[in-house]
Amino acid sequence: MSTRLQSKGRLVDTTQPMEFRFNGKRLKGYAGDTLASALLANDQMLMGRSFKYHRPRGAVASGAEEPNALVNLGQGGKFEPNQRATTTELFEGLYATSQNHWPTLEFDVGAVNAALARFLPAGFYYKMFIHPRPFWKYVYEPFIRQSAGLGKAPKERDADTYEHFYFYADVMVIGGGIAGLTAALEAGRAGARVLLVEQTAHWGGRAVVDGAEIGGKPAEDWVAETVAELAAMDNVTIRARTMGAGVYDHGFILAYERLTDHNPETSGPRHRLWRVRAKQTISATGAIERPLSFAGNDIPGVMLAGAVRDYLVNWGVSIGDRTVVVTNNDDAYRTAIALHRAGLRVPAILDARASGGGALADEARAAGIRVEAGRAIAKVKGGKRVEAVEVCLQAGEGAVLETIPCDAVAMSGGWSPVVHLWSHCGGKLLWDTELAMFRPDPARAPTGSDGLGFVAAAGTANGHLGTSAVLADAQSAGRAAAKATGAKPKTGKAPQSNDADEAPIEPVWLMPQGAGDALRMKAWLDYQNDVKVSDVQLAAREGYESVEHAKRYTTLGMATDQGKLSNINGLAVLSGALDQAIPVTGTTTFRPPYTPISMGAIGGSARDGLFQPIRKTPIYGYHVDQNADFEPVGHWRRPYTYPRSAETVHDAVNREVVNTRANIGLLDASTLGKLIVKGPDAGRFLDMMYTNMMSNLAIGKCRYGLMCSENGFLSDDGVVARIDEDTWLCHTTTGGADRIHAWMEDWLQCEWWDWKVYVANVTEQYAQVAVVGPKARKLLEKLGGMDVSKETLPFMQWADGTLGGFPVRVYRISFSGELSYEIAVPASLGRAFWDRLVADGEEFGLMPYGTECLHILRAEKGFIMIGDETDGTVIPQDLGLNWAISKKKDDYLGKRAQEREHMVDPKRWKLVGLETLDGSVIPDGAYAVAAGKNANGQRNTEGRVTSTYYSATLKRGIAMGLILNGPDRMGDVVEFPKVDGTSVKAKIVDQVFYDKAGEKQDV
Amino acid sequence: MSEPVSFYKGRVAKGDVTVTDAGLQGMITLRGDLSNAKVKAAVKKVAKVAVPAQRKAEVTDGRGAAWMSPDELLILVPYAEAEAAAADLSAALAGQHHLAVNVSDARAYIRVEGQGAREVLAKNAPVDLSPAAFAAKDFRRTRMGQAAAALWLDDTGAFHVVCFRSVGDYLFDLLAQSAKDGPVGVF
Amino acid sequence: MLTLTCPCCGVSGEETEFHAGGEAHLKRYGPGSSDNDFEGYLFMRENPKGVHFERWRHVYGCGKWFLAARCTATLEVFGTYPAQTTEPPQDIKDKITAKRPGWSWRDFA
Repeated sequence: MSTRLQSKGRLVDTTQPMEFRFNGKRLKGYAGDTLASALLANDQMLMGRSFKYHRPRGAVASGAEEPNALVNLGQGGKFEPNQRATTTELFEGLYATSQNHWPTLEFDVGAVNAALARFLPAGFYYKMFIHPRPFWKYVYEPFIRQSAGLGKAPKERDADTYEHFYFYADVMVIGGGIAGLTAALEAGRAGARVLLVEQTAHWGGRAVVDGAEIGGKPAEDWVAETVAELAAMDNVTIRARTMGAGVYDHGFILAYERLTDHNPETSGPRHRLWRVRAKQTISATGAIERPLSFAGNDIPGVMLAGAVRDYLVNWGVSIGDRTVVVTNNDDAYRTAIALHRAGLRVPAILDARASGGGALADEARAAGIRVEAGRAIAKVKGGKRVEAVEVCLQAGEGAVLETIPCDAVAMSGGWSPVVHLWSHCGGKLLWDTELAMFRPDPARAPTGSDGLGFVAAAGTANGHLGTSAVLADAQSAGRAAAKATGAKPKTGKAPQSNDADEAPIEPVWLMPQGAGDALRMKAWLDYQNDVKVSDVQLAAREGYESVEHAKRYTTLGMATDQGKLSNINGLAVLSGALDQAIPVTGTTTFRPPYTPISMGAIGGSARDGLFQPIRKTPIYGYHVDQNADFEPVGHWRRPYTYPRSAETVHDAVNREVVNTRANIGLLDASTLGKLIVKGPDAGRFLDMMYTNMMSNLAIGKCRYGLMCSENGFLSDDGVVARIDEDTWLCHTTTGGADRIHAWMEDWLQCEWWDWKVYVANVTEQYAQVAVVGPKARKLLEKLGGMDVSKETLPFMQWADGTLGGFPVRVYRISFSGELSYEIAVPASLGRAFWDRLVADGEEFGLMPYGTECLHILRAEKGFIMIGDETDGTVIPQDLGLNWAISKKKDDYLGKRAQEREHMVDPKRWKLVGLETLDGSVIPDGAYAVAAGKNANGQRNTEGRVTSTYYSATLKRGIAMGLILNGPDRMGDVVEFPKVDGTSVKAKIVDQVFYDKAGEKQDV
Repeated sequence: MSEPVSFYKGRVAKGDVTVTDAGLQGMITLRGDLSNAKVKAAVKKVAKVAVPAQRKAEVTDGRGAAWMSPDELLILVPYAEAEAAAADLSAALAGQHHLAVNVSDARAYIRVEGQGAREVLAKNAPVDLSPAAFAAKDFRRTRMGQAAAALWLDDTGAFHVVCFRSVGDYLFDLLAQSAKDGPVGVF
Repeated sequence: MLTLTCPCCGVSGEETEFHAGGEAHLKRYGPGSSDNDFEGYLFMRENPKGVHFERWRHVYGCGKWFLAARCTATLEVFGTYPAQTTEPPQDIKDKITAKRPGWSWRDFA
């Protein structure tokens, strides 16, 4: 059984016991524990089930690479699935449940899959679920969906908050082991601005666990002194519990800081995502130990040798009383020696190398540990726990020489540098045959905006395994990075260590080397996704020769651990099956983040009310007070209608339409774009911007204008007012303000940069209110202050003045066909002005109206709307707007395009009005059908609806649409099929349904 | 006529870092040739400061100027003077190609002050806000959260943020939330 | 995510402050131009793996458009320069030549 030893371990604080729950059981741990160490201390070896076969799983590692020990953590608003027990710090009251099993962790029905494993090889799903076709939808997919997925999705809103932080560094160092500390120290001493991050809560990495000596003192002391020196430097920022998650273009680095995960009762954000820009980045991310591929290597109790050592030294936890060590390198001997020193039994060290190990092997033998060279594990016996290992020759096929009873296995297949951060942004790797590892190729570093490398690997992450070599490498990396940023590094030698002489590693990709089918089917590569040696070999046989294809076919490395343990072993097996060298096979792509980061951290503070900016007019508060029904228009929220109590939205819209035509309607038109265009060349410029002439517009007058893209397509419209000799004010659509402003700047800056024109966007300077309806003038006269009569202020003119004491600019323009004044007041007075109009307008029957009423009023008048009648393929000529296209001008934006063959094609659909024969409303977006079918067997079409409404004024459905030869087919009836299979017939009519002569607006 | 009101009616979010709707501030967009002697003189007359250097703000007690782009300044004057000041600028620059327009009402004006103000801004803007990189009188137009904004630091250590009025409450709430979330402990 | 230096206001900012605007150094063809010239202006674009010239606008900053010479394969930025020009300045071309000898792009080399 696994248990806590008397010695307790270096990270555990026995003065702070903590209680936590796992699957309802109350358990005890200490401050400094991880959830994994605390579970193991309570003999809870079984922590979860694998994804495909629901095999029992215990922790195999002690850190970020852990594929098995995933739990649901927390409850309610703090619930989160797939949390790694090995990186979850214990806290009082922690609540965890295991996942991916039913009904219980101990007894899981899904484990029947394991019995069927022979019939569920790689690619099984692809092969099985293809036939018969209909089964996919009705049988296979529902079944697979039911069983798919690790953990459970949270049901409640996340109770925590998150934030981002932008930080700029000269040198960013990722990894707080001795390499990272050394590199940061060198860069810091050189005066560079340094950010050092470490994913765990502790500094020093493996060196402190292994008891290395640095500069003649214990690593632990050296680390403490170095951290203290770094912390005291003003130019250095150090952060524990912060993972370098990803390295991106031009030195952009995401670091993920876990602020309260270890103490959820603390206030403040749970995670902080650092958005760092660093001139130089040092990846001092250490290495990850590889498992060995032998049968039964997934049985709980089989663990990486380094992890066994971590649990023992850091947390005082023994995985078993009798641990067999199996290895192909010298490092695992450290585990054996450490276990032996702790008073635990190591029945044997099985060293796959025929020649055995170096100095550490001698030390183990001297301690009385049995060391066997050239030996391997044929098979681990046991179900939910290791019971024994069967020993064989590594060189053979697995004939059992002896069975050694044991309750734990510590395995080491060698160490792989963590090259993820080096590789994220394009750093290339080379295969080091001698060390049997991929390590960064310094000649092919990721390059930044200056074309030079901006990432360096240091220490073990750079392929150095000895402590002295790590320190020297990190020192030179730190100095080089500092120098590259312009700082002046110090000189001097790196501290030395007491490295033991180690014998070389011998790569072992399968144990034993000649293992047959039966053993290979039980030799796990990917523990979480249940991919075995036999699966990868099958993929190779079936032609998945590219490592990326084999990965997807077998799902190797596609689990939440992204193959941190399995990838190198997997591609080595693939290389073996394809009979090619490992570097020829290559690696799959390393993509950020290094380990999963929370969605909350990615979103930061952008949630709830801060999810995105909602633009509000100065009158917004009124709309809210009136319980308006809002609709988004770009980032604005505009009132769609103002329903009164018990009124439906539809009824409210109709009431607003009728009232505006009979009395007065009030519209908040503040969102309309307002651009000031000024300068000696402003007239000439606007003549290029608009299809019609603006330079000859008289001061004091208004003119409706159209803007097109260079493609000729209509992009915006609005009324232009001439303010003075060299100043125009251009109204744009609500969505067009920023876009058209940018469009104007583009042409002024990039094409006609010698033209003297300045543009300013004054959209938000004004609250703009449309006072619309036959009684509008009466209301303004009541307010008083300026002459608003037809004679002084006729249709399509504007004037400055005051109304009711408010400074105003009044435009006599109409988008409704009614007598209409659009009145601009300074935004800071907008609400007061609106309230005044509402109060004073009561006697005239004034009612505010929303955007839907606005749409209906304009449709009744046959006015086009950008985005309804236009969709990026419509030219003004399609809409019968030829009157607004100047024939006199040599040029305007879009003119050349409108001369293209396709644009002058008489068969282009043209705008007409549509009147349903039965008075109903044509569905939005309906197409008119023509005789015959097209090449795809679909009915031919001859037009489509662009705007369709119920007109409360005419008490019938009205519509506009683009119809083939429409203007020449007045009175023809066209047919619009509906979704329910029936169709509606409509007569082609003039698009102006109301007040064709335009008498009502010009009074 | 009623009194004009600012975007958030003077709201204050108090804390270690306090975020304040700084109220109505006269602002004029002035576009022109900033090296031109007439422009320089007109700016001096209205803003009481010389044309600021690239990405600098010279503002004292709500009067001054900030460098917006190679051909644009933001002129600050008391709110009540803005309309007249814009007219004065135009009058002084008659015959000279320019644009002077009152944009006081189009803006929200927010003050962020207190120990940690730098960090509150650095949580939202992709700008190096360390003391070494961003000093008093430095002016920067950037993105804050998802809105365009400009900011500068004054001699007292307070930051001034300008954005469009329609997103003033968004930016205020964003900064107030960042202030509430507490210090990062870096600057 | 790129960093670009705006030549108009001097800011080195991250990509989110900028807005990409397509290919640089297009010559506008208006009324009276041939169908071929107009097609080239409106639709035909380079798609190089390597040296490229682009339009960018410092949209969250000074609002100015500028041009950038960039490598589409490595994302190296050779330089940025004001938009008021019809061809890349000589110093930018020299910089590119130093790093990508023999480069060419449309009529420039």
